[in-house]
Formats: sequence, C-alpha cells, structure tokens
Amino acid sequence: MSPEHGVAAATALTNFVFPNDIHVHWSLMIVLYPYITGIVAGAFIVSSLYHVFHIESLKPVSRYALVFALAFVAFATAPLLNHLGHPERAMSMMFTPSATSAMAGFGYIYSAYTVVLILEILFIYRPTLVALKKTSTGFMRTLYTILTLGSDNVSEKSLALDHKIIAFLAAIGIPMACTLHGYVGFIFGGVKANPMWATPLMPVIFLLSASVSGIAGIIFSYVLIKTFTGKFIDMDCVRTLIKFLWGCFILDFVFEMLELFSHAYMATHHWEALRDLYFGPLYGTFWIAQVGVFSVIPFVVLGILSLVRLPDGVVKFFGSLMSLMILVQVLLMRWNVVIGGQLMSKSERGHTIFRPEWFEKEGIFVSIIIMLLPIVFLFILSKVFPFWLEDDPAAKEQSA
Amino acid sequence: MMDVIGKEISKDRRAFIKNVLGGTIAGSLLLVIPAGAMDLGNIPEQITGMRDDTGTFISKKRKFGFIVDITRCIGCGSCCVADKNEYQVPDGMYRTWVERYVIDDEDNVYVDSPNGGLDGYQEPRKDIPHPVRDTFFVPKLCNMCEHPSCVQVCPVGATFQTEDGFVLIDAKRCVACGYCVQACPYSARFINPKTKTADKCTWCYHRVRKGLLPACVNVCPVQARKFGDLNDKESEVYKILHQPHVVSILKPGMGNKPSLHYVGLRREVV
Repeated sequence: MSPEHGVAAATALTNFVFPNDIHVHWSLMIVLYPYITGIVAGAFIVSSLYHVFHIESLKPVSRYALVFALAFVAFATAPLLNHLGHPERAMSMMFTPSATSAMAGFGYIYSAYTVVLILEILFIYRPTLVALKKTSTGFMRTLYTILTLGSDNVSEKSLALDHKIIAFLAAIGIPMACTLHGYVGFIFGGVKANPMWATPLMPVIFLLSASVSGIAGIIFSYVLIKTFTGKFIDMDCVRTLIKFLWGCFILDFVFEMLELFSHAYMATHHWEALRDLYFGPLYGTFWIAQVGVFSVIPFVVLGILSLVRLPDGVVKFFGSLMSLMILVQVLLMRWNVVIGGQLMSKSERGHTIFRPEWFEKEGIFVSIIIMLLPIVFLFILSKVFPFWLEDDPAAKEQSA
Repeated sequence: MMDVIGKEISKDRRAFIKNVLGGTIAGSLLLVIPAGAMDLGNIPEQITGMRDDTGTFISKKRKFGFIVDITRCIGCGSCCVADKNEYQVPDGMYRTWVERYVIDDEDNVYVDSPNGGLDGYQEPRKDIPHPVRDTFFVPKLCNMCEHPSCVQVCPVGATFQTEDGFVLIDAKRCVACGYCVQACPYSARFINPKTKTADKCTWCYHRVRKGLLPACVNVCPVQARKFGDLNDKESEVYKILHQPHVVSILKPGMGNKPSLHYVGLRREVV
C-alpha cells in the first residue's frame, strides 16, 4: 500500500459513526466525578506530607487540607447520583454488587476512605473540639459532644495515644487516597472497547492529576481565604506547596504527553482514529487549552516560582493564579478524557459531537451548583472545625 | 395560552378516541378469534425441540448461534422495522441496524447507516467521487459474547448471561450507570429514555423460549439472518459453521468471543 493510498483511505474513513454512538452517554456529571475525587485525594496527600512525612512547613495547612478534602468527598457521589437513570437503586452497588465490576469496587474504596478521613479529622481536632465544647452552649455544645465522641480526656497520655492513632490513620490514608483516585483511572482504563481510555497509564495519569488538583486547590483557597479574612499568610508554607505542585505537575504533564506519544509511536490500527480525534474535535480543548495555555504557562511559571527567590507578593499572586490555572487544566483533562473518549465512535471511522446545554438534568447550571456545594459545605465546616492554628483555643492553651 | 389549552384538549380527545377504538377492536377480535387460537401448541415450532406436546418449554443444554450472511442481505430494512415494532424502540436508538458499505476503485471505504437502515436503502449513494467497485450491507445486532464486557462491568449484576448463552438485562435492577454502554465493543447498547435503563437486542429471548425465531430472522425475505441451536446437528446454523464457509466474527481482537457469526464478512467491516 503506497503512502498516498493510505492517506486517501484515511480521509474517506472519517465518515461513519455507529448509530448508538451518536449520543454521548457520559456527560458533564462524569467529567465532574473524577474531578471532585481527584481534588479530595490531592488535598489528603498535602495533609499527609505533614502528618506522615513531617514536612514542617506545611503545618499551617495540614488540618485545613483534611477539612477541605472532607468538604469535597461529601459531594463526590453527587454527580454520579444525578447521572444515574435510577438513583433510587444506587445502593445496590454496595449491597448486591457484581464482583467483576470495576465500578462496584469504587463504592467500597470510597466509603472506606471517607471513614478514615472522618476519623482522622476527629482525632486531630479532638483537643480543639474539647476546648470549644467548654466555651459553647446549646446546639453547638451538643454537636461538639457528639464530635468528641463523649470523651473530654485531653491528658498527655490520652493525646499521645491520639497521636499514634493519627499517624496510623494518615499512614493507611495515603495508600487509600492513591487507590481512590488510581482506581477512578482504572474505571476508565479498564474499558477495552475504547482505545483512548484503555491504557495502563490511565490510573497513573489520573493519580498524578489528582495530586496537582488537590495541591492547587489548597494553595488557591488558602491564599484566597486568608486574603479575604485579612489574616497572616505563611509564605514558607505557600512556597513549599508551590514546589510540590511543580514537582507533581512535571510528572503529570510528562505522563500525559507520553501517553499520547506512545499511541502515536506504536501507531496501531487505533491510531488513525485517535489522531483524527486529537486533531479534530479535541484540537481546541486539548492542544490549545489543556496543553498550550493551561499546562505550558503554569509549567514555566511554577518552575520560576520554585527556583528563583521572588518577593512574597509576586509568589502569592502568581502562585495562586497558577494554581487556578492548574485547576482548570485538570478540569480540561477530565473533559478531554471523558467526553473526548466518547466522541470517537467504536466504528473508528468517525466522531460525534457533544454540546452541553445550560438547563438540562446534567447540564452546565447543575454542574456549577454541584461544584459550589463543596465550597458551601466547607464554609459550614469552618464554623465547626477552625482551619487555622491561630483560631484554635486548644493550640492557644498549649502555647500559653 | 389558548393554543396550549386547545392542544391539551385535542390530545385528550385523541387519547380518548384511541382508547375507545382500541377497546372496540380488541373486543371484536375476542369474538372473532376462536378460543384456543392463541394456544402456543397451534403455532408451528420454528426452532425444533424447544417445547413438548403440551407446548411447555423443554429445558436442556443448548448453545444458540446467530449467523448473518452478508452475501444475501439486500438492505431492505425489514429486520429493523420488525425489531422496532417488537420492542417499541425509541427513535434514535437501535437494537439492530443495517450498515451500507461502498468501496470505490481507489479502495476508499464509505459507510453509512441513515436512521439505522430502518427505511431501507432505496437510493444509491450519490457522493462517491470514483467508480464503485463493490457494495454490500452489514446487519448489526447484539453479539451475545461468550465473554461479554457488559456483564463484566455491570456494577449491580443487572446484565447477566443465561445458561443457553443469552446476555440479557434485568430492567428492574439496572441503575442506568451506562458502564455497559461504554464497555460494549460493538455499540449494541443504549440507555432507553423511556425505561431509563440499559437496553439492547435480546435475540428475542421471549420468542426463542417458545420455539419461535427472533423477529428479525422471521421477516428477512432473503434468509440473510439465521438462528438456531448449535448443539442440534441438524440445525442450519450448525451446518453452516461446520462446513467450509467463509465465516468470521467482529473485532476478534477484543477477546469477547461473539456468538454472532458473519458469512462472507469483509475485512473493511468493523
């Protein structure tokens, strides 16, 4: 077969979509689901860097990161439930699961992880909650009584035991957080019928992008909250976070590109269809947005911020701006994987189109609401769990 | 506003007339059709050995096979019409469809399946720039895989495999997560907007259990669709698969081992 012949054939091939592939079944909700779980896993890793790996400079955000993770994990299943045709049967996945289903496994991993996260928060905050209980009345007092599990014992011996439990929970929490999001990647990576998804690199890419989205979420929200509340921003902490963000993003971006490069290099019979997808309907959202703008710019700027000693104001501004860009990059990556993978028909002869509507069950408006819910919940949590050590009565007592 | 009210009234009126007419026709039929006419024993068995003298289903080990002979298909769309009628398939969703392949002198392959071939292919394609050297039709349906991806991924076990090799969906259990839709290499599945559950071709399991052929096989005017028990050495499907025919399956690399076979399958077909 001559090259000209091949090109002619390829051009003519891009014309047929299987009739059932015209409709994109996994919509915006399934874009948000890995996005939210990724933020959860990443935020948890930030907390563990202090609690397990003792990176002292991250102490100011170590507790906040956990509460941040809790706010998002609480709504990780919201898009899934909205997506299901029969959400009233959702619990069947837990009670009568099919052992061979990758999706059924997620329910258990998610639940187990959530339990570990809640326990860790309760143990870390226990002295704080006990102190707050003493000074509060009415509903809040009852709430703190429940959250302290009825124990007011903050003796040295008791706190030492707490510390052991915290270290243990954080230690098992890391592999669990990694499993949580690696597993989300596997849910996609295990679909052999879809050549874009079916790569063993998928869990790796999902996990790395989860880490960057979580770290970016912490930097952005930390600087934002502290700025708006007029409180002290620990720049040493921000600088360390930026370094971790850059490091994780190097791995993330490189693996994302390597994954595509592997497809191109191996050039199996799927490649023609994948190339048409990446350079066709995904050109704008993948090459221009995800790679060109939201990967290359943060990659360079975060590198400069990590390697060059710049004034605090510059680091604060560009650090949070780049974090916001990374958050967009990861959202774009979820879009390009989830929606992109479905645009290519399994006929491998053409692609369909997908345009989300503003006001539909799984539309843009509902997506915005779902993304706002964790933020609202985080605000409510802030009234119960003080994010910062300077607001913590127990920490004040200790220092006094 | 008045328009809306008017529409509602006329809708109700139409529904009323429909119900009255439906009831009248059904009632008259009861009078016309002699009692016992619906008795299964009187409908000739199309798949032999499926029921005993009393019309009861005989339970024994069977392995059903479906064969599509693409050298016979004329693209009339009768199978698609029969299927849509049998299951009231919503528009835009397809339990079965027919693809038209056109190959020109330059070896370019053109495939289409407007409305899933439901309207038949009555006009030739006019957008082929070179002389056409070959054209054929490929009916598609559920492949009833021996190793079905849909069964593997279903989180609640709503998609399952029967002992005789059918892959079916329990609509009372399906949560409509859509994982099976993604996992099927043949795009045979969809989410039915009416039932809000996964849906697909069943090879007319309800008919087969009564010794009747699947609706599409029944109506095919050129016997391009064949169905039967592969454990029955007298069945046509057994003979075709055990004689020197050019028989193949779709996407063998997927490892799903489909029970749907194609006679005269061409390499251009995906």
